[in-house]
Formats: sequence, structure tokens, C-alpha cells
Amino acid sequence: MSATDTPARAKRTAGTATTTPMSRMTALARAEMTLLGRNKGTVFASLFVPFVLPFSVRAGAEEMDLAGAGLTVGTLVLPAAIGFSLLFAVYSALVGVFVVRREELVLKRLRTGELRDVEILGGSALPAVLSGLVQSLLLAVGCAVLLDLSAPSAPHLAVVGLLLGLVLCAALAAVTASFTRTGESAQVTPLPIMFVSMAGSGLFFPLDLLPDRLASVCELLPLTPVITLVRGGWTGDLSAAEALGAVATAVAWTVLAVFAVRRWFRWEPRH
Amino acid sequence: MQTNGHEHVIEVTGLRRVYGGGFEAVRGIDFSVRRGEVFALLGTNGAGKTSTVELLEGLAAPAGGRVRVLGHDPYTERAAVRPRTGVMLQEGGFPSELTVAETARMWAGCVSGARPPAEVLALVGLGAKTGTRVKQLSGGQRRRLDLALALLGDPEVLFLDEPSTGLDAEGRRDTWELVGALRDQGTTVLLTTHYLEEAEHLADRLAIMHEGRIAATGTPAEVTAAQPSRISFELPDGYFVGDLPPLAGLGVDDHETDGRIVKLRTRELQRAATGLLVWAGQAGVELRRLDVRSASLEEAFLSIAKEVSAQAAGTTTEKEYAA
Repeated sequence: MSATDTPARAKRTAGTATTTPMSRMTALARAEMTLLGRNKGTVFASLFVPFVLPFSVRAGAEEMDLAGAGLTVGTLVLPAAIGFSLLFAVYSALVGVFVVRREELVLKRLRTGELRDVEILGGSALPAVLSGLVQSLLLAVGCAVLLDLSAPSAPHLAVVGLLLGLVLCAALAAVTASFTRTGESAQVTPLPIMFVSMAGSGLFFPLDLLPDRLASVCELLPLTPVITLVRGGWTGDLSAAEALGAVATAVAWTVLAVFAVRRWFRWEPRH
Repeated sequence: MQTNGHEHVIEVTGLRRVYGGGFEAVRGIDFSVRRGEVFALLGTNGAGKTSTVELLEGLAAPAGGRVRVLGHDPYTERAAVRPRTGVMLQEGGFPSELTVAETARMWAGCVSGARPPAEVLALVGLGAKTGTRVKQLSGGQRRRLDLALALLGDPEVLFLDEPSTGLDAEGRRDTWELVGALRDQGTTVLLTTHYLEEAEHLADRLAIMHEGRIAATGTPAEVTAAQPSRISFELPDGYFVGDLPPLAGLGVDDHETDGRIVKLRTRELQRAATGLLVWAGQAGVELRRLDVRSASLEEAFLSIAKEVSAQAAGTTTEKEYAA
């Protein structure tokens, strides 16, 4: 198309930097990181909750028959803590980010530029995803020090589980945002997935302690494979088939969420 | 596309836009904008201007018809078009907790060939506001920030949706000067406005939109020329309209009276005015409140709105008769 440029314009824009998907997402993520730091409510929820809630799990754990399920307090608390981090710092926080940016018409403005849709969502999600990642690493270190948690026996499973969890929670947040109209309702709409995950994905108690039929339903919940993989990463007692099944479940949820986002995500407020 | 300076940078044919609820906001419009031209979409609120511009910006797919910007479909070929266009939306779209400088820096990171943000902020008069949070800016300052972001990438084609709404007189003049300077540099500008003065001042060509259609299009002079000129005056005491010289003979198309005030419409202003004044001179009467005015864009605009509301009134009457 340069043939259509006037000489003056060609001169003006010659040699200037062209953006790449990575540079655009970095610029957006940097701004979003600044905003994250300025939102006291989000900072509190995403930092305080994952570091405090696990202790309530620990209190309950001491009354459970953990040895029978092949677990220790550490291998119960750490996956739960990572689960809380994913739910609060990533999922719930991002529902708010997506909805508020849409209501402020920020998403609409971003779409007038060179950013592709996936870059807009990805760049906006990056700071929350990174905070979820950093929290999970800190929690792992904390559990090792405070709860005598030994080194993971199958670290690759824990890494895969965590990464899948981060991507899945960001995608689920975009789905939830599709069905959330205002910033206020974004305080409420994440609750169903959060409650279901806390109760059914092994955050407060391992699924092994549930009746078989209920447990097999709970295995299909979005966050269950993530918790299973992280816990299996530490205990090392996950068979290859079980690990693959968990990965497949998490990938299936992610694909489903991406499909839902493409189908239903709203870039502008309703008129 | 040609390089002889007459290429069409924006081409719109049979364009339609229908919203989810079935409302047809744009009902089949055609126009084109040449490189380096300033083109204005003029219309009242709800005429379909913003709905049209959003299709040109590639924010939505049309329900029918075709849009080409720089030879590409702005919706399906985003990557080819976006690095060469700048967009100023009708309403902000900035995170309220970021400062002006942070907002500009973020946008600069998303724009190919971005100019230094500080330079562009100074250009729109926000140089002293860089550390201010967006939420603390006035409406006019936000419009300027929006304009700055639209200019960051030094775009070939600039879309400005109501660029001066919310600005005070001085801010409006600044924006006009800026748009004029951009045109001089060869930037193609498509703007929407409901200020007639703005369209008259800035636009090389314009289209008046009404209820999703283009009611008139051309240069401001062409659109104006299609409208009749007007003469109005107060009938001298003791005179009646019938005492005037035969109006058709003076080139008057039609007339109406409002109490003692007579209003004439003509496409031959000089002939009609001369005939009237010669008659008054010979009769020795004074035409008080005499007002002779050639057609203006405002006239064109109002008559288009009037025609349509007259049609609407007609429909209502019919309904009343039917009931």
C-alpha cells in the first residue's frame, strides 16, 4: 500500500517502529498493572485472602482422616491455597477488570486501534495472571517452610496444573464478564463459580473423602483438574491416565470458555 | 487505487446497520471521500452519524452494503487498516485512575510509528496536565486527550466523532485550527457534527444525514445552492398581499404570511428583491423589518428536518382520520 502514500507522508513515517502483538500487550499490561496497584479493594482481596483463608482449611484438616487419603496437612493446604489465589486474585479480580473497562468504554477504544481482540483481553488479564502466579510460588515456599511440605515428587504436573489454572481462570472471567452488566454486579456474578469450586473442587476437603458418585461429578468441575494436578505434583501418586484425564478436563473447559467468549463477550455497554 | 490525488480513501455503498433490537440506524447510504479531503457527516442526534462512523472505523460489521477504507474492509481486514487510521470516539474510553501521561504512553505502545506522547499532548494543549488523573479532567480536556490519542500514530485517515462537543468557544477554535493544519498536511478527515458552523467552516464536502439516510450531499456551497433564498418584511399599513406585484413574475416560488409579516422564497434573490423594492419605492411605502437573506447551510439543514417532520405530521393526521 506504500504506493498510495504521498512522498511527504512516507518521509514522516519512515523508519518508525511497528508494533508487535507482544509490544502492544506489554503496553496495555503495564497500564493495567498501574491500575491494579491503585485499586485498594482488588489488592486486598487478591493478596490478603489467599494468604489467610488456607489457615481455615488447615484448622479443618487437622480433624480429617488425611493419612487415609494419602495426604498431609501440607499437601491439602497448598493446593487449596493456590485454588483460593486463582479464584480471588485471578478469576474474581478479572471479572471486575473486564466489566469496568467495558463500562468505561476502554475496551471499545482499544478496539479502534491495532490491538487484536485476543490481545486486548490478554494484555488486560496479564497483571492479574502474574499476581496469581507470584502468589502461588510464595504459597509453595510458605508451605514448605511452615508446614514441613517436602519438595514436589512430580513438579511438571504441578507446573502444568498451575499454568492451566491461570489460563482457565482468565478465560472464565471473560465468560462471566460477558453476562455481567455493571461494576456492582461484578461483585456478585463470580460467586457461583467461586462457591462451587470451593465446595466441589477439593479446596476445603479432598474429593477422596466424598461418596464415589458425587466425587466423579466433582471431578468434572473446572477447577478440580487444576487442584488435582497441583496436589498430584507434590504427592506423586497420580497415574499417567489420571494426570492426562485432568489435563484433558482443564483443556476442555478452557476451549469451552474461549468459545463462549468469542460468542458472547460484549465489548460495549448495552445501550 | 491511483496515485493521482483523486483516489477515494473511503468508499461507502448501500451501507446499512441494524441493531440487535431490529432498529435500522443506517438505511442504505453511499458516499466517498477523496484523499486529503475533510468530509463532514452532519445531522441531528439520532440521525445515524455515529452508527455510520463506527462501521467505517471497523468496530462493527454492516448489515448490508460495503465499506472500504484505504482499499480494505475495516472490519475483516483490521490489521491492514488500523495502523493507518486514527479514531476519536464520541465519548472517552479511558481508565479514570490513570494519569494523562500514563494514558498516552499506553496508547503510544499500541500504535505503529507513534509520535512522542508529550509532543502530541502539547499540541492539543494538555502539556500542563500530564500528571492529572483522567477522572479529574473537565469534559473539554477529555475531548482534547481523545484527540491527542487519535493523532499519536500520525494517521492517514482520521475519524472524529463530534470532536468539539463539550468544548468551549476557544477549545472549538483550537480544534478547528488543528484539523485545518492536518488537512494541509494531507490527512483525510471524516468528522461528524451537529454544529452547522463547524461543518461549514471545516468541510470540503459534507452529507446531511436524517433518520439513517443521506438527505443532501455536496460541497457546502452546493448543498446551500439547492435551497431557496428568503425575503421577509412587514406589510405596510392598509396594504394586503394582493396589492403586491404578481409574485410569480418576480421569480418567487411561494409565499406565506404570519400576521402582517410576509415571507417569500425564491431561487432568484436579486430579481425578486429588486422587483419588491422598486414596487415599494414607486408606491412610496416603507417595508419595515425587511430581511433579505441568501440560502445558508442552516436553511438547508432546517428545511430537511422540516420536510421530514411535515411528513411525520401528515402520517399522524391520517391516523387520526382513520381512528
